[in-house]
Amino acid sequence: MSTHTQVSTHTQAGAAFLSVRDLKVHFSTEDGVVRAVDGLSFELERGRTLGIVGESGSGKSVTNLAILGLHDRGRTALDGEVLLDGKELLTATERELERLRGNKMSMIFQDALASLSPYHTVGAQIGETYRKHTGASRREARARAVEMLRRVGIPQPDVRVDDYPHQFSGGMRQRAMIAMALVCDPELLIADEPTTALDVTVQAQIMDLLRDLQQEFGTAIIFITHDLGVISRIADDVLVMYGGRCVEKGGRAEVLRAPLHPYTLGLLGSMPSLDGPVDVPLSPIPGTPPSLLTPPQGCRFHPRCAFAEKVGGGLCGSNRPLLEPSEGHSERHAAACHLTPEQRREYFADYAAARVN
Amino acid sequence: MTITDPLLHVSGLTKHFPIRGGFPVKRTVGAVRAVDGLDFQVAEGESLGLVGESGCGKSTTGRLITRLLEPTAGRITYAGRDITHASRRQLAAVRPEIQMIFQDPYSSLNPRQTIGRIVAAPMEIHGINPAGGRERKVRELLETVGLNPEHYNRFPHEFSGGQRQRIGVARALTLSPKLIVADEPVSALDVSIQAQVVNLLQTLQKDLGIAFLFIAHDLAVVRHFSQRVAVMYLGRIVEIANRSDLYENPRHPYTRALLSAVPEVTDHARPRERILLTGDVPSPIDPPSGCRFRTRCWKATDQCATETPPLTRIDGNGTGHLAACHHPETARTTVAV
Repeated sequence: MSTHTQVSTHTQAGAAFLSVRDLKVHFSTEDGVVRAVDGLSFELERGRTLGIVGESGSGKSVTNLAILGLHDRGRTALDGEVLLDGKELLTATERELERLRGNKMSMIFQDALASLSPYHTVGAQIGETYRKHTGASRREARARAVEMLRRVGIPQPDVRVDDYPHQFSGGMRQRAMIAMALVCDPELLIADEPTTALDVTVQAQIMDLLRDLQQEFGTAIIFITHDLGVISRIADDVLVMYGGRCVEKGGRAEVLRAPLHPYTLGLLGSMPSLDGPVDVPLSPIPGTPPSLLTPPQGCRFHPRCAFAEKVGGGLCGSNRPLLEPSEGHSERHAAACHLTPEQRREYFADYAAARVN
Repeated sequence: MTITDPLLHVSGLTKHFPIRGGFPVKRTVGAVRAVDGLDFQVAEGESLGLVGESGCGKSTTGRLITRLLEPTAGRITYAGRDITHASRRQLAAVRPEIQMIFQDPYSSLNPRQTIGRIVAAPMEIHGINPAGGRERKVRELLETVGLNPEHYNRFPHEFSGGQRQRIGVARALTLSPKLIVADEPVSALDVSIQAQVVNLLQTLQKDLGIAFLFIAHDLAVVRHFSQRVAVMYLGRIVEIANRSDLYENPRHPYTRALLSAVPEVTDHARPRERILLTGDVPSPIDPPSGCRFRTRCWKATDQCATETPPLTRIDGNGTGHLAACHHPETARTTVAV
């Protein structure tokens, strides 16, 4: 497919630590095939953070479960290519994946309480991963758990290591999850909405923690969130997903300041801000996200898009737009939209003016 | 009662949930001080935002005002009537005027009832028969909240999260209330849908003149929706002010820290000050003495531990801008209009 070849020529395809090409994840359900991810390509280098933004059902979590091989193998059809440091993951056996998971790549889940076992102490759960991958003794694993808890900022780690998850507060649980994910110094960390359930003050602490740890170890991070504000604080690159596809990607500042896709523009416009005007209504995106059982033809955003009529010939409803850079923007900044650069300049200008004021 | 009385007047509102323990006889061994002495007012047609972190007592406050919970102490006066300990029968007269919108659009609608029945339920309960019949009224309401009246006979599972929240709004509007307590009405929704519902609520507030107690943890949403905002911390109000005063000139250190922690898309263009609070919110079972924020405050002194700061107007503040702090932040000299 021309989509990924076009993009991969712009980023040095060989150098990337994680490279996902034309990934497709389809689930078969009673109602039919759900095309949860439909042709997604991206690359990630060591020490960088990729922020994946999208609404519920856009396929952001599924993508990452597929990378880790945590999908339901019986009902999922995978296609494409996922290379982690040159190793193909989609065709890897369960044994090979088991060796990688928790060791070379690991994940932080959204709901820390549901992801920790209530029957085991926090220390035992952190140590378990370590023992599995390094063959360390129980005593060594406990020492390592204490060290990890200290590193993520849990007070009195030598005491708290023997606590059960219910004795931890929400923020501390999330820290314990991070400690568990980082115990083997993974090179790839996938964080799936790690701060969504947390209060803003704790969220700020967790984001700072992740950034410090990244600087220390050079971890590559995929940060999944629906909050563009969080993205603007933590990500180097941004990938915007809609209906199982990438609609826009590029550097953080490029995407957030000068979005190329109407969906990104819509997301930015629907967020209230702390210093914007208050008496004007927000500009939400009309309609609701598409069903992935029967996704719309052509551009999946076109039924909700304010600009679909500006593109002549019903192109948006029939042809899938390619993810390509726009004239006058950097090579890395690409969007999948039929609007011409001139049209974009004209229609998006109002928005840009509104943001500055 | 004069005409200038606020619609809702809350003073010294307190709710302590008892903790039972001990063996063999269970007795009360302590209390979760969820709400500990709140004073605030909501004027007719006004929207008061209530913000704070989880566990600070904002939802409990909402439930006390709708009298879904029985207050431990304090007074709630609605339109001049004391409803603090009003009986079920006495409340029946007030309940049509105070309605609630819930956070979770999935669990707050009965899956076995049609939309028509859900929205008509308040009329059924209060025995109200509007001119033209209940069904017509429901169809009008569905249209008001931006749903297709044809969907009258559908069930909740046929709707998306945003549409379900609209159904919840329609139900709250059925009896033409004067006060709506909205408990995190948009936090379960996606960003693009969230904006749709915020706009809907804002239109309703302006057009129908309904007063709102808008409970949320998202400071940007509250700023957008509420003319006045109260910040809660561990069961108490630490600062209450007009929207512009609070967001542009916060005087309580907690308010400032909270505002600085909000991630904003515009961050990279104009970095704002960042205050990193350390640690977690203390337990409401055994809250710190004096000022409850002192354990995380960078300005705390001995005075903060011994004296509880009163919620008062601090020098340099506009009228109605109250803060509870011994060492308030300096007022910003340039107050934007």
